[in-house]
Amino acid sequence: MKKRKQKQYDDDNIIVLEDVVKVYSENTPALDGVSLTIKRGEFVFIVGDSGSGKSTLIKLLLRELVPTEGRIIVNGQNVAKLRRRKIPKFRRNIGVVFQDFRLLNNRNVYENVAFAQRIVQVPNKEIKRNVPHVLSIVGLAGKYKARTTQLSGGEQQRVALARALVNNPPIILADEPTGNLDPNNSWEIMKLFEEINEQGTTVVVVTHNREIVNAMRKRVIAMKKGVIVSDEEKGGYVDED
Amino acid sequence: MKISTLFYCIWQGIRNFFRNKWFTLLSIATIATCLFLFGVFYSVLENFRNIVHTAEEDVSVVVFFENGIEKAERDNIEQKIRRRTEVRDVVFVSAEQAWEEFSKDYVGDSAVTFTENPLENSANFQVYLRDVSQQSALVTYIESLPGVRDVRRSELVADTLAGVNSLIGYISLGIIILLLVVSVFMINNTVTVGISVRKEEINIMKYVGATDFFVRSPFVIEGILIGLIGSVIPLGIIYYIYNNVTDYIANKFAILKSMLTFLSVQEIFQTLVPVSVVVGVGLGFIGSYVTVKRHLHV
Repeated sequence: MKKRKQKQYDDDNIIVLEDVVKVYSENTPALDGVSLTIKRGEFVFIVGDSGSGKSTLIKLLLRELVPTEGRIIVNGQNVAKLRRRKIPKFRRNIGVVFQDFRLLNNRNVYENVAFAQRIVQVPNKEIKRNVPHVLSIVGLAGKYKARTTQLSGGEQQRVALARALVNNPPIILADEPTGNLDPNNSWEIMKLFEEINEQGTTVVVVTHNREIVNAMRKRVIAMKKGVIVSDEEKGGYVDED
Repeated sequence: MKISTLFYCIWQGIRNFFRNKWFTLLSIATIATCLFLFGVFYSVLENFRNIVHTAEEDVSVVVFFENGIEKAERDNIEQKIRRRTEVRDVVFVSAEQAWEEFSKDYVGDSAVTFTENPLENSANFQVYLRDVSQQSALVTYIESLPGVRDVRRSELVADTLAGVNSLIGYISLGIIILLLVVSVFMINNTVTVGISVRKEEINIMKYVGATDFFVRSPFVIEGILIGLIGSVIPLGIIYYIYNNVTDYIANKFAILKSMLTFLSVQEIFQTLVPVSVVVGVGLGFIGSYVTVKRHLHV
């Protein structure tokens, strides 16, 4: 009975952190007893200063790091217990978008997006159908042949978003996605995140962008020195002091 | 794994080869330089070894018999000598042949004035060895055989050739060690460059959820291609210069023609081609494997 309840809890909540501690060395822990739950289909901002533990949190969710203590469940899987060979399959359920885009600069737009599909061994026929579709969602249908280096920052971030979306992952994790963009492009990218979220995808955005956080009125989790200092539904940017 | 995925990985490996032009050129140049040096030293040493080996073939031990020895007893001595593993050949020289040869070399026309054979007791066996360094042991054995009067050998020639042989061995070993150290250093540098070029790309692939195989295989195929081309280029250069250089030396030092017998390029390539290709492809494979492996734990 207890097990069934736990399963139901893990199914409803796509991300669960329970008393997570991450210590890199003997110094202060990067995360110190963090607990949070994110429901399926939620849109969440994670805000905080440099050194607040946001990057560590992202790395833990991607299983780039394992927690020193505590439990992390992502999409029903206990991240710390994942075997190394299971990590690639686990990551295919998380679409990741980075501040610096992280595109394969020696390939064109189409190949960058198609690459994510090739990894999951989608047949070529489907790739040819899916990639143009997702490129049209992010507004880059006409630029599929362009080299990523020929694109503006906003366009490169759209390619990264298309790559994150193409496999229909249940979670999109974005680490400072507007950090390298001007205000117009930042807004357009955030609108795309909102549209994706409206389709049922869980979106977690780590950001410093006060204006966007305050305007969008989503759930805001604020972190400071490795702990969660506030967690508000329809919240705004929390000042550090 | 789907066959289309495998072909995709192979195709990406081939495309990587052309995408990263400078890295590809640097890697090919590194492997080609190592293998060129190896090929040159190998060709020189093999020719040197061949010259020494040819000289060795002319070195013989001469065995003289007791006066009045019976043919059966002589045959018995021959059989015993032939059974020795270090013996390559035994040639019987009769007293008449010995005199004929001697008179031709040293006496000339005056030979007709001799009514009797002055070398009547000079019938002998000329024993040729496989390895001149074994001469002393063989001579001791032959001297102990009944019916043997005297054994003559050229200690100086045998010792010199044996010395040269072991010197070639040491030089070969030294050069192989030196080339190995140089290769490791150069390949380590190339791999370091490769890491800086590839780090970002491998990280992205891993974040998107690529398996180790998916990430690694295009790089490994690229490495094998680089190794293959890096081994074929020096072979082509050596093939071209080998004949020219041997012809030049043979013409320039015509006086030494009887001593300088060069191996044909085909004889050199019989060993050099497989060794170079295996080493080149092996280095390409290991280099790319190591480069990628360092970044797979993302």
